Parts: sequence; structure tokens; C-alpha cells
Amino acid sequence: MNRRLTVAEQLAKQGVSRRAFLKFCAAAASLMALPPGMAPAIAEALGKRTRPSVIWLSFQECTGCTESLTRSHTATVESLIFDMISLDYHHTLMAASGEAAELARKQAMEQAGYLVLVDGSIPTKDGGIYSAIAGVTNLQMLKETLENAAAVVSIGTCAAYGGIPKADPNPTGAKSVQALMDEGLVPRKPVINVPGCPPIPTVITGVLAHYLTFGEIPELDNLGRPTMFFGDSIHDRCYRRPFYDQGKFAKTFDDEGARKGWCLFELGCKGPTTHNACATTKWNNGTSFPIESGHGCIGCSEPDFWDAGSFYSALSMPTTPLDLAAGAAVAGAAIGVGVALANRSKKGAAKSAHQSAGLADLEK
Amino acid sequence: MRRGLSVLHRAIHKLEPLRRIYEQEYTLLGRLAKMVGLSKPVTDDELEEWKELVYNSCTLCARCSLVCPVGNDIVYMVRKFREGMAVSGHAPEGLIGAVTRTIEIGSPMGVRLPAVQAQMRHVQDETGIEIPLDKEGAEYLVMLSSMEIMNFPEYLSAIAKIMKQAGKTWTLCSTAFEATNAGIQIGVSDLAKVIVKRIVDGAERLKVKTVISPECGHAYTALRWDGANLIGRPFTFKVLHILEVLDEFRAQGLLKTEGFETAKMTFHDPCQLVRRGGVIEQPRNLMKMVVKDFVEMEDPGKYNWCCGGGGGVSANEEAEQLRLEAFKIKKRQLENTGAKTLVTACANCRITLEEGLEHNQMDIPVVGLTEMIAEHLVETPSAKS
Amino acid sequence: MGEVEFLNWVRGSGLNIAIAVFLLGVILRLIEIYSLGRKPDLSAPRHAAGASGLHTVFRRSLPPPGMMKRSPVSYIGGYIFHIGLAVVVFLFAPHIKLIENFFGLSWPGLPSQVVDLVAVITLVAMVVVLVDRITKPVKRFLSTFEDYFTWTVTFLPVLTGYLAVKHLLLPYTTMLALHILSVEILLVVLPFTKLFHAFTVFGSRWFNGHLNAHKGVPV
Repeated sequence: MNRRLTVAEQLAKQGVSRRAFLKFCAAAASLMALPPGMAPAIAEALGKRTRPSVIWLSFQECTGCTESLTRSHTATVESLIFDMISLDYHHTLMAASGEAAELARKQAMEQAGYLVLVDGSIPTKDGGIYSAIAGVTNLQMLKETLENAAAVVSIGTCAAYGGIPKADPNPTGAKSVQALMDEGLVPRKPVINVPGCPPIPTVITGVLAHYLTFGEIPELDNLGRPTMFFGDSIHDRCYRRPFYDQGKFAKTFDDEGARKGWCLFELGCKGPTTHNACATTKWNNGTSFPIESGHGCIGCSEPDFWDAGSFYSALSMPTTPLDLAAGAAVAGAAIGVGVALANRSKKGAAKSAHQSAGLADLEK
Repeated sequence: MRRGLSVLHRAIHKLEPLRRIYEQEYTLLGRLAKMVGLSKPVTDDELEEWKELVYNSCTLCARCSLVCPVGNDIVYMVRKFREGMAVSGHAPEGLIGAVTRTIEIGSPMGVRLPAVQAQMRHVQDETGIEIPLDKEGAEYLVMLSSMEIMNFPEYLSAIAKIMKQAGKTWTLCSTAFEATNAGIQIGVSDLAKVIVKRIVDGAERLKVKTVISPECGHAYTALRWDGANLIGRPFTFKVLHILEVLDEFRAQGLLKTEGFETAKMTFHDPCQLVRRGGVIEQPRNLMKMVVKDFVEMEDPGKYNWCCGGGGGVSANEEAEQLRLEAFKIKKRQLENTGAKTLVTACANCRITLEEGLEHNQMDIPVVGLTEMIAEHLVETPSAKS
Repeated sequence: MGEVEFLNWVRGSGLNIAIAVFLLGVILRLIEIYSLGRKPDLSAPRHAAGASGLHTVFRRSLPPPGMMKRSPVSYIGGYIFHIGLAVVVFLFAPHIKLIENFFGLSWPGLPSQVVDLVAVITLVAMVVVLVDRITKPVKRFLSTFEDYFTWTVTFLPVLTGYLAVKHLLLPYTTMLALHILSVEILLVVLPFTKLFHAFTVFGSRWFNGHLNAHKGVPV
């Protein structure tokens, strides 16, 4: 059988009923913030669409993104997403190993139009030697793999913006997928960033579902994130927001304010500058999200969140110690004394050069 | 070109070239800017243009220094600026004439000792009191201003009567009778020093305890506050304005007056006496001794407005129109009091006020406080003889 | 550079540089100015100067007789925006937090609604004094580029701060970053422009008071 199965066919083959399929479509619609009436349209679209080949590349990462993905509940990863796509290469999840695994990737790449998912940043310093798979550097592998790809989804903040590997002082010269494209180091393809450390599982599946349903890149913000999930700041959607507006802030994690659930801004919450869906989608099957558990947002879906100062210092605080201040004060004093001495000698010189003024000086 | 009061005459604007000189010579950024040619140099042409602002439109009255919220001592800076203006040849002709006469003849109006001696004889004949000259060891050395010698001889006779009543010894000095200091007004410290030195030498030669500055504001500040700094050492004698002496006599019961003026009177505070000199309460104490209906002007004491003729302006013909313009403030103040007589304690203010009143056809006599006090002295038989 | 990277820069390197330039400038300027010195006054004082300098520091904050009537906009507008600036800078909770971070000192702030209101009043007062400066011939004549420049760098931190707090015009992150950047610009230019009066005003007033007390004039 040469023809790839459509998503619907695949599901039927797996014994998923039509009813269960429509239920999934409704869930996908709500995930994508579409009206429920869109479910039949989604079903129709998915019914026609063949399962695209997906290559998942893991570079400088911690596997947290994969861990997160496997916890997706609204569209569970094993029963649905894997039935919707053909995950041909994922070195954590695939059964094959060694040369067989790499062969799988090469085979998947033979037919153009596959989707590349990347988690982890890509080291570029010293020829990119700091991370390699099967003797191939991440940079080289990404370059090869992107060649015939239809699009790339950067899963997690490392792939999207460099993340922790890129944090100061960035010893490996880590870069995001987008940055490599911008520098011309890898082929340019459409990019969807799904940042987060890790990203919310249902956001990963939601973005994939959107791509599969509509076959196109969703609307993105200026940082390449789908606006349907990243359009609002945590702060805008936070249930503690009224306390911020009233100026009621917890000062420590165990004070009266903390117990009463007041705003965590002063404890370092980065909610006002962080765009993500945590406050609405929530984590662990919709149980809660960090602020609900009493901890401020750390801003993990934003570029350079690791370099934004302490997680526990408020947004109005400096992110780095003011290490130039002492030197500048000393320099100021030194220059000041220098100018003072120069002024003194200028005054002295003027004084000794002064000839007593007489009447003759008045007429000139 | 003559102009009326305009935006140009704002105190701080008068200092613009001086500010640039300060920046270019004494600040790091200014020095750097000058080095790379980014700052505008101060030229002779510019200074000539500023002459009107620095001399004609400033009487050194220091009201700007008093009200500046930032605390800038603007008049101090104008005074400094004049140092440079004068020796670079940008002082007005009238002031150059006054300072030249003071240095060469001994007085800005060209008064010589014989004229003083003639006045002495005149007062002696009129009052019957001997006017001492060069009397060593006298308690007080009395200074005059040429304005008093030429225009207001009443002053000398008033002093004679008051000293007689108080029983104090005093003298005039043949080498130092002129107190006014045009060197300060034109802004040349070296010349101001020559003028002050005459008085210091005279006072030390005659071994007096106190030098009395006449009814002249600038003479007072030049001697009292600038003098020691000009000669570079503290004085060995005290310097008092005549009003300070009179008020001391009053407090000690040595000044006995009788009768009161009946007309409504007000007092014009000379800037140099009050704002720049610190003689504030004394004229009020003295006014109350002899005036029943004494009214204060608006903004009395340290806030008073200048007559318009200070800081060398009265010697500067180019400034005349502006001076009459500035007099409008005085006119308004005066009219608001409804006073019939204007009293002051500075001969220069007095002549400026008289001219201003005449120009505005206002019939208000201007009198000196010292002579008014003298007119009310309790007559003693010996004074009659 | 994304907005969070921009924010991180202004909160990190930008602030570090701005504070360094500010400290260098302030110390340099203070030494540069006060090292010029003045000669001791050799004239006999009328009375000891005592605390007269200090009195003048306070007295010059009040309008002299008649001046309020003569230039009401300068005085009332001036009072409002100077006091308003002090309130929004020193009594807004996040600012106190920042000061506490630097110096370990803290004090109670005002409710944010009050600070918001003060910020609006301050902005209005600043616009009014600017309009007054432009429309009054004398003030316009005396105004140089520096006057308009210093007005702008003082105005922008208040404006961007208000817009950031109120989530107006631009996303909060960008506005907050612009706010901090505008404060950094203010810090950098302050020592080298007439804004330095924030430091010298008290010295000048004190000296003026001290000098005149020597003569017996309470200025």
C-alpha cells in the first residue's frame, strides 16, 4: 500500500469510533479557541488529510519538553496525536536505536513536505561540537533535515529563543532555530515557536492540531508565537489581578498577604511581562498553575528569562549587580580632582600674570 | 540704540557670556568642547553688545539675588563680569569719567579739598560749630560723598550739630574726604583698592576708632564689606553708616529730639544700605523719633525696589532712558503710600529720585534722614552761641 | 531584540551603565564646582552667620512677597511638578522596593490610585509650565535647547511610568522597558545639564544665606 492513510482512516484502523473522533475534534476546536460549531469542519479536514511525516530533533535540551508532551490530556499523545501524525524519528520515544534510528530519519526525509519539530538549542561555537548525535553535530543535522521540510515547530524556549543553554555566559554559543535561519546557517522555513520551559502540553498538541487541521501556520506574534495561546500576558488573565490593582501584595511567601492570596508581584512574579496560556489552560489536566500554587511566574516563555534577574526580585529590580558603580564613583572623584587641580593652576597662572589694572586699561 | 525695558534685561541673561567663559575655562565638558571647537568663543563684539545689559540695565541692586529660587547670587556674578568688561574697554564713558576723576582728582565729581574747606567754613559760619580737620585721635572720622559736598551741604551741618549734642569727638580728613567708590561700580578691583586705601591710610594716620560712611549706599558697601577684601587685610577700625551711628546714639540716649513732622512721610530703602548692607531697622527707629505719620512702602526693607540710579547708572548718560523707565516702579510705590515727603539715606538715591519725580511732574520733596533728625535736635544753649 | 530582552537590558546593563555615569558625573561635578572655592571674607561680620545658610535653604522654597502674584504659573506650576515628582519617585511602592534594594531603606508608600492621580497632575503641571515658557515672550527668549531637552527627559519617565502602570498605548513589557530607559537617560544627562540643580540648589542657597548673614541680611 503506497498511499498514506488519512487521519480518519488511521483512527478507524486503530478501532477509534466515529463518535470518539468527533469528540476529539470538539476538544481540538476548544483548544484552538474556535467555536464548537467548527468541530465538523475539523473532522472533515482531518478526514481528508493524510498523516504527515514528523521528524522530532532533540538538541541541547533536558527532555522536559518531551516529558511535558507525554502528559497532554485533552488530546492524549499516544491515542490521538500519534495516530494523526507519523512520528518517524524521535530519539527518546522511538524503539529503534543506533544506525537504524538514523536510517529512519533519512528515509522520512526522502519525501519532501515533512514537519520538523525541534526541542533544545543548537550550539554553534567551535563548529558546533558541543552536541552531536551519531557523530553529526546538531547544527549539521538541523541543516540537512530542514532542507526539504514544510515547516518547523520550535518546541520549548531553548529551541524557540535559546533558553537555558543560551543563558549568560552561553559557553556553547547556543542559538535558537529562528536565529540560525536569520543568520543563514540553516535553510529558511516557516517557524512556529511554542516556548515554555516546558511548554504547556495541550498547547503543543493544540498547535500541531491547528497545523494539521488547516494545513497552515497560525497567526503569530512578533516573537513567532501563535497568538491563540500567547496573545495575553499571564498578568492579564491572572485570578490575583484584582489584588494588584488594589495594591495588595504578599511581601513574603508565608505572610498574611500570601495566605490571603494577594498579588505576588513584589515576590518576583514576571506575569506582567510573560505571554503564555498558563492562567487559562493550566497544568496537570487543568488542575492549577504556578501562581495558583503560591509561586510567582518565572517568565519561562519569554526570551532570556534566565537572565532576567532573580526569580524572586520584582520586575522593577535590577537584573544584575551594579558592579560599575564603585569604579565610576572613584573615576568621578579622580577626574574631579584632576579638573580641580587644573582649575587651580589656571587661576594661579592668571593671578601671577595679572598686571594691576589702571585707568589706561579702561579705554581701548 | 536705546531700548525700553525688554526681555533682554532679564538678570540671568546679562550673564550669558560669563556663563560661557566659566564653562569653557572651568568645567571638564566645557574645556573639552572648547578643545574640539564646539563652543562659541566670547568675542569683543559680543561684549560690546552686552555693555548695555551689564552696565546700563543693572544697578547692582541685588533684588535678583534675593528672589532667585535656586539661590544664584546673580549680582555677585554681574560684579565679576564687570571686572572683565571694564579692562577689555567695554565700560560706559560716563563711568570711565567718574572713576578717572576719582583716581586723578580725588572725587567722581571732581571735588578738591578747597571746595570741602569752603563748605566747612560755610557750615561753621551758619552753625557756629567748629568743623575739625585732620584731628588726630578723634573717635569718629566722618566721610562725605561729593554729592553732599556739592548739592546737599545740610548734611555736614547736621553732623556737626548731632556730634555736638552727643558730645563725641570727630574729624574730617584732608587726604580722605570722599567716600564714594566708582572703582567698585565700574568693576575694577585694582582701582577700587586705590580709592579704599586712601580712606584706610587716612583713618590709620588719624588713629580714629570708627569711620562713618555718609548717606551713600555704594560708599557704605565699598568700605564696609568690600574694603578689607580689597586691601587684603582686616581693618583696624570700625566702619559704620551714619544711620547706624545715629541709632547707637539714640539707644544710648545721646540723641535727643523734639517735635514731629506733620506731613505723611515714607522711607526709600537704598539697596546698598539694606539688601547689600544690613542696615534695616535703624532708619525705622530714627523715622519714628521725628515722624508721626510714617508709612512703609510696599516691599519695604530688604525687598525694596531700586531708585534706578545705583551701580554707576546715575553716572552713565547712556542709561538715562532706561533709568526713567525703571523709576515707574518707584513712582507706583510712592503713589500707593500717599506720602507727601520722601525720606532716604543715600545722596545718590536722593538725586535720582528728585530727577525722577521732576520728570514725572510730581511735587514731592526728598530729604535726607540725617538732616531731618538734625532739624529736630533739642536746642541747647551752647548750640545757639 | 524582543521586548523582554530589551527589558532585561534596561534592567541590567543599561541600569548599570546609567548609574555609573550618574555617579561619575555627580561626583565629578560636585568637586569641579566646589573646589573653585571662594576667598574668606575679611570684613568684620555684623554677626555670626550661624544657621542662616540653613534658613535660606528653607526660605527660598517660599515665594517672596508679590512674586506669587507676578508669576503664578511659575510658582504654582513649579510647586506642583516638583512636589509631584517627589511623590511619584519616592512614594510609589515599586520605587520604594528599588530603593530598598540599593540602600536597604524603606518606608510606606501611597496607594497606587493616589500615585496615579499625582502622576497625572504632575504631567499636566509640566505641560502648563512648558506652554507658559513658549507663550511668554520673556521666557521664550531665555529658553535654550537645553531647557526643552531637560524638560523632555524629565517628562518622559513620568509619562511612560504612568502608561506602563495603566497598560496603555504599548504592551506592558515594552512600556516598562521604555520607562526604565527614560529614567536611565535622565540619570545620564542630569549631572551635565541644568538638572544638576537638584544637587547644587541647596549649596547655592546655603552659601547665599551664609554670605548675607555676614552682612546681617536674612535673604
